[in-house]
Amino acid sequence: MKSAVLVFPGINRERDMARALKLVSGDEPAMVWHAETALPRGTDLVVVPGGFSYGDYLRCGAIAARAPVMDAVRDFAAGGGLVLGVCNGFQILCEAGLLPGVLMRNARLKFICHDVHLRVERSDTPFTRGYNAGQIIRVPVAHGEGNYEADEETLKRLEGEGRVLYRYCSAEGAVDEPSNINGAANSIAGIVSERGNVLGMMPHPENHVEDIMGCTDGRGLFAGLVAHLERAA
Amino acid sequence: MKARVTVTLKSGILDPQGKAIEGALKSLGVDGVASVRQGKVFDIEMSGSDKAKAEAALKAAADKLLANTVIENYRVEVLS
Repeated sequence: MKSAVLVFPGINRERDMARALKLVSGDEPAMVWHAETALPRGTDLVVVPGGFSYGDYLRCGAIAARAPVMDAVRDFAAGGGLVLGVCNGFQILCEAGLLPGVLMRNARLKFICHDVHLRVERSDTPFTRGYNAGQIIRVPVAHGEGNYEADEETLKRLEGEGRVLYRYCSAEGAVDEPSNINGAANSIAGIVSERGNVLGMMPHPENHVEDIMGCTDGRGLFAGLVAHLERAA
Repeated sequence: MKARVTVTLKSGILDPQGKAIEGALKSLGVDGVASVRQGKVFDIEMSGSDKAKAEAALKAAADKLLANTVIENYRVEVLS
């Protein structure tokens, strides 16, 4: 799997992401600076990692979304290429117009940094085929602005088209108010684009991929991508 | 030319920061505060003297970057 990890000033999860990609796929990802105007030839997957691009100035992800490399990412996505955005990466993809909606300030105004449980809503997508539908996974979050919001029409479409792939839930899998850590609409933790090739999610699967991390639930996402690309090849 | 772009949250969009400020004002005993919505003000110095051109450029700036029109409205004023 040839992956390209985008690097913006202020991003700080790019090495965690590169490590996870290498660990699961066996291939070293390319690190791509934001000022580049093209992606490496033969890229299978573009990853927009987490962090605080441009210090979250203006709005989270707003300035990174207008970086030169994002035009290349837009073209790549328009051609059906796989794009994964995590945390700040999710915010950037929304600001870039690659995903609908917006990540607002957490409803209780606090920066949240701990493990959460997610319910995998379906397993028949490149981003979830490493899991079973309904499976509960544990991954960390670390964000102050992860409260996903969109207008009613958009939410209806996302739900109707099965584009919510990950939802906050309790350890037992209940999608309820206490487990909805940031107040996101419909407990949304991750959504895909209309074509299903762009995923944005707030939690960090790349931080639960090795035993030493105490949990390996995040591996399934990357393993699923590898399996998807192998089958497509 | 001095110009100002004001960005505000659309009505109906939850504003937890505004709510927190509202609570703080009430606990300070400031009378008559019914509700608070937080926004942003950009003071921008424009070169040139064509007011209509400046307004059009600032509108483009707001659409492209200063505001996220999914959740925000904006107002452009060229002041002098």
